[in-house]
Amino acid sequence: MPGLTPVPSGESPGGAGAPGPADAALLAELLRSSSRGDQAAFARLYDAAATRVHGLVLRVVRDPAQAEEVTQEAFLEIWRTASRFDDQRGSALSWLLTIGHRKAVDRVRAAEASSRRDTRYHDTNQPVAHDETAEAATATFEAQRVRHAMQTLTQVQREAIGLAYFGGYTHTEVATMLDLPIGTAKTRIRDGLIRMRDTLGVAQ
Amino acid sequence: MNDHVPDDANDLHLLSGAYAVDALDDLERARFEAHLRTCADCRVEVAGLREAAAMLADTTAVAPPPELRDRVLAGIETVRPLPPIVPDHDASPGAAAPGASRRASRRRWFPLTAVAAAVLLILGVGAVWQPWDDGDGTSQQQPTAADRVLGADDAETVSLEVAGAETKVVRSKSEGRAVLVATGMPPAPSGKVYELWLQDATGHLAPAGLMPEGSDHTLVLEGDATDATGVGITIEPAGGSDVPTDSPIAVFDFSEATT
Repeated sequence: MPGLTPVPSGESPGGAGAPGPADAALLAELLRSSSRGDQAAFARLYDAAATRVHGLVLRVVRDPAQAEEVTQEAFLEIWRTASRFDDQRGSALSWLLTIGHRKAVDRVRAAEASSRRDTRYHDTNQPVAHDETAEAATATFEAQRVRHAMQTLTQVQREAIGLAYFGGYTHTEVATMLDLPIGTAKTRIRDGLIRMRDTLGVAQ
Repeated sequence: MNDHVPDDANDLHLLSGAYAVDALDDLERARFEAHLRTCADCRVEVAGLREAAAMLADTTAVAPPPELRDRVLAGIETVRPLPPIVPDHDASPGAAAPGASRRASRRRWFPLTAVAAAVLLILGVGAVWQPWDDGDGTSQQQPTAADRVLGADDAETVSLEVAGAETKVVRSKSEGRAVLVATGMPPAPSGKVYELWLQDATGHLAPAGLMPEGSDHTLVLEGDATDATGVGITIEPAGGSDVPTDSPIAVFDFSEATT
C-alpha cells in the first residue's frame, strides 16, 4: 500500500507530507458519515487508515497477536466515538492515531503493571529503542521526509520522542533511561515535537 | 510518583509534548487535562504536536492481516455510535452568533459545569422552595447521604471527562464521604465493571464500590474519604477486584479540587 493515501498524493497541493488537504478532507468526511452509522463509509475509513494505525500499534505493543486486538479495539472505539471528532481541533488522521496510540500505551502499561506484581525485576533489561525510527522499513516518500525531519532533532530529542511515542514510556521513565534529570525529558519531547511540527509544516 | 508533579501552570504547560505522545502517568494526565480545559494556548499546542507525532506513524506503517478487517466490520454491527455532543441551547442571546455552535461544543464543559452546579444548588435547597411542597411539610424528605455531601459547606469537587462522560467527585471532610456523579457513562466492556477506589497518601487504593449498570449515577463511595488523596476508576472483571488489575481510566486528584 505505497503511500497509503486514499487519493493520489499528487493531488495534495502541499506536495509531500502526510495526508494532504484532500486526504484529510476525505478522512474527515468518512468519519462524519461513520458517526451517522454508515458502515460502508467506515469500511473505507478503515482501508485508508488501518495500515498507519496498525503499524503504530504494532510498534508500541510489539506482540503481533496483541497488536491485532488493540487495533481492533481502537477501530471499534473510533466507530463508537466518531461523532466526537471535530475537524476544527485537528486532522482526522491525527485523531485516529491518537486513539490507536492511547490504546496501545494502555495495553503495554497494564501488562507492565501486572508483571510488576509478579517480579521485582523488569526494566533492567529493557532494550532501549535506540533510534529505531531511522531503521523502519517503510519506504514511502512521506516516511523519508519524516525521517529527514527526525534527523534535524538533537539526539536526545530524537531518543526521547522515540521512547515515548514508539516505546510507550512515560517521560519520567524516559528521563531515567536516558540519564536525564527528572523533569527534563518532557521538555526534550516538547522541543523535539515543536521542531518536527515546524519542519514538516504541520497545520496549526 | 508525586515528586515530579509540576506545581504551577507554567510547568504544566511544558507537559504538552509528553501529553501529545501519551507519556504522562495517570495522575499527571488527569491534571494536565484539567489544565487543558482552561488553557486555550495549550489546546492549540497539543493539537499541533499531535499532528507532528501522527506523522511519525508514516515510518511505521504495517498492513494488518485481512481477517482483522472482517472482525472490525463485524464488530461495529453490535456497537451503537455515540450521539454528537449537542451545544447548550440556553446561550445568552448576544452570544448566539452564527458559527458559534462548534465553539460552544468545544467549551461545553464550562457551561455544563455551571448548569450542574445550578442543578445541585436547586436540589440542595429544593426542600425549601419546591412549589408542590407548599403548606404541607409531610412530603419533605430526609436528605440522603449523597445530598449531605453534595450540599456540605466544605464540599470540594474534581471534575473530569471519563470515557466521554461528564463525571465529578465531590468530597466532604466533615461528612467523611465522597460522592461520584456521572452523566452519560458508556457501558463497561462485556463481562467487566467499573470499580471505584479511594487512594490514601501512601498511594494505597482501597476498593470503594462498583458502579451499577446504567449511564447516570450519583454514588456514595464506600469507606472513609476524609483523608483520601484521590479517587480512581478502573475496569475490573465482573464482581470487582480487591486490588486494581488495570491502570485507572480516571484519577480524581483532590489536590486539584475546587470548593
